[in-house]
Amino acid sequence: MAQRILDRLKETFGAKILETSSPSGDEVAVVARDDWPAVARFLRDDPVCAMDMFIDLTCADYPDRRERLEVWLRLYSIGHRHRVCLKTRVSAEDPKVPSLYDLWRGIDWFEREAFDLFGVVFAGHPDLRRILLYEGFEGHPLRKDYAAEKTQPLVGYREVPPTKVPPFGTAEGMPWSRR
Amino acid sequence: MEDADIREEELELPAEPMTLNLGPSHPAMHGTIRIVAKLDGEVVVSADVQPGYLHRGFDKMAERGTWSQVFPYTDRLNYVSPILNNVGYALAVEKLLGITVPERNQYIRVVLGEFSRITDHLTNLGAVAMDVGAMTPLLWLLKAREWIWEILEEVTGARLTHSYVRIGGLAFDLTDTFRDRALALLPRIAEELDRSLDLLLENRIFIDRLKGVGVLPAAEAISYGVTGPMLRASGVDHDLRKTAPYLVYDRIDFDVPVGEVGDNWDRFMVRAEEVRQSSRIIRQALDQMPPAGSPIDVLDTRVILPPKEDVYATIEGTINHFKLVMEGIRVPAGEAYGYTEACNGELGFGVVSDGTGTPYRVRARGPCFANLAALGRMVVGMMIPDLIPTFGLVNMIAGECDR
Repeated sequence: MAQRILDRLKETFGAKILETSSPSGDEVAVVARDDWPAVARFLRDDPVCAMDMFIDLTCADYPDRRERLEVWLRLYSIGHRHRVCLKTRVSAEDPKVPSLYDLWRGIDWFEREAFDLFGVVFAGHPDLRRILLYEGFEGHPLRKDYAAEKTQPLVGYREVPPTKVPPFGTAEGMPWSRR
Repeated sequence: MEDADIREEELELPAEPMTLNLGPSHPAMHGTIRIVAKLDGEVVVSADVQPGYLHRGFDKMAERGTWSQVFPYTDRLNYVSPILNNVGYALAVEKLLGITVPERNQYIRVVLGEFSRITDHLTNLGAVAMDVGAMTPLLWLLKAREWIWEILEEVTGARLTHSYVRIGGLAFDLTDTFRDRALALLPRIAEELDRSLDLLLENRIFIDRLKGVGVLPAAEAISYGVTGPMLRASGVDHDLRKTAPYLVYDRIDFDVPVGEVGDNWDRFMVRAEEVRQSSRIIRQALDQMPPAGSPIDVLDTRVILPPKEDVYATIEGTINHFKLVMEGIRVPAGEAYGYTEACNGELGFGVVSDGTGTPYRVRARGPCFANLAALGRMVVGMMIPDLIPTFGLVNMIAGECDR
């Protein structure tokens, strides 16, 4: 439906648009981290795209890849009624992505959430603190190498004789796939 | 002779900004949320809205079980209208699978979903009335909500957390008496709503508390990603049931109420009108629905559990059942974003599959999170007592906001 957005992006940015696809009918474009703010701004301001509505910003973790963190930005245009998903990829060692704080007001909380759960650092965000979890939480729980069973008790476990173990121990580790 | 009066500014005490902590557990806060408001006298200078007190790790939990095992978690996202969450998740996974459910199933999803929408709106309207001091409408509207829960219980077996929808199907068909009971119920709900609105809409206190308070201009609402009744109250005609029709909404005639200025009054009226429109949708959907006995599940043994007779009588059925229960539905590798109009706005599920029976990533984009983000901006310059109904009409559901 919104193929013309992908075409428009490709003719404007050329090789800077690394990949385009339409999985299940939703248009997706992938850009490098450095082009992230420019492409996002173009999507908002260009009259053909006119993505005035911010829908979602989140992340997915693919530990098999070198640039394992994939940031998703979903936009919608009230006027044209089309939507697009813009992605960029960063590595876990250098998880910095330029912030889009100035472009849409709603970005604020969603970038904080992606930082909170995935550890993506949005450079330029003025108030990047945890939002769903508490200050002092260690690690980023939606990364695949964060064990689902891992506990971070605010009050430590009591020392008990070895016969009385708590119902769950510390990190057991969890496979992230059934492959 | 010199004037002996003291000049006025000397009389005034120096105003000291004060910090007020609302919540996370406070009788006026619906759900667990904390608002740290900086006050100048009684006026809010800035507000730091802090969600997260009900964070359960929905996304992480979804990555542990099978695709079907996510349904109980979706019930608890927006626990006031669980069917809509069930439907949203099912549609996203079905989009990835590339299957469309039979017509009767689609109509059932619409009917029960709209009943869920009514329960949500009734709860919100009643709670806001209570926020500004009117207790009676809350009790009347919750009574009507209870009636709906009764018939939902008849169909799904549970009052609140239904887990009724399945990928490619439904847990069971409607009961024989459902249609009659639903049709008999709709006028009673309308009566209860009208009676409550009669108490409120010409009440001077109620009008003064809501009109012109908490204005959210359309451009800002769009930029915040605000969706649902809150966006429509700001004057934007955007309803996914109309702009991107899913299920059978394109065959049903209904109106989308739109506000004018985007204040609390508009938000209240939009929700009240949506209850009436939902009744219209339910009536039409019940009329158009294919008769009982029509298929409700897709004919695909890779998705739907085989009938019990086959499971116990044939080896193929046993294996099929075992594989689906133990390994889960094998969803082809890929990703999809399914979006539906939940009662508070766009409920999107971004699902990624790596080809196994376990979701690789399930992202729930709850409307409340974006709606609530706008609250911190809306309350600036507002009196503290106005913060409460403004917050009430955002209708934050903590389960969905914090996931």
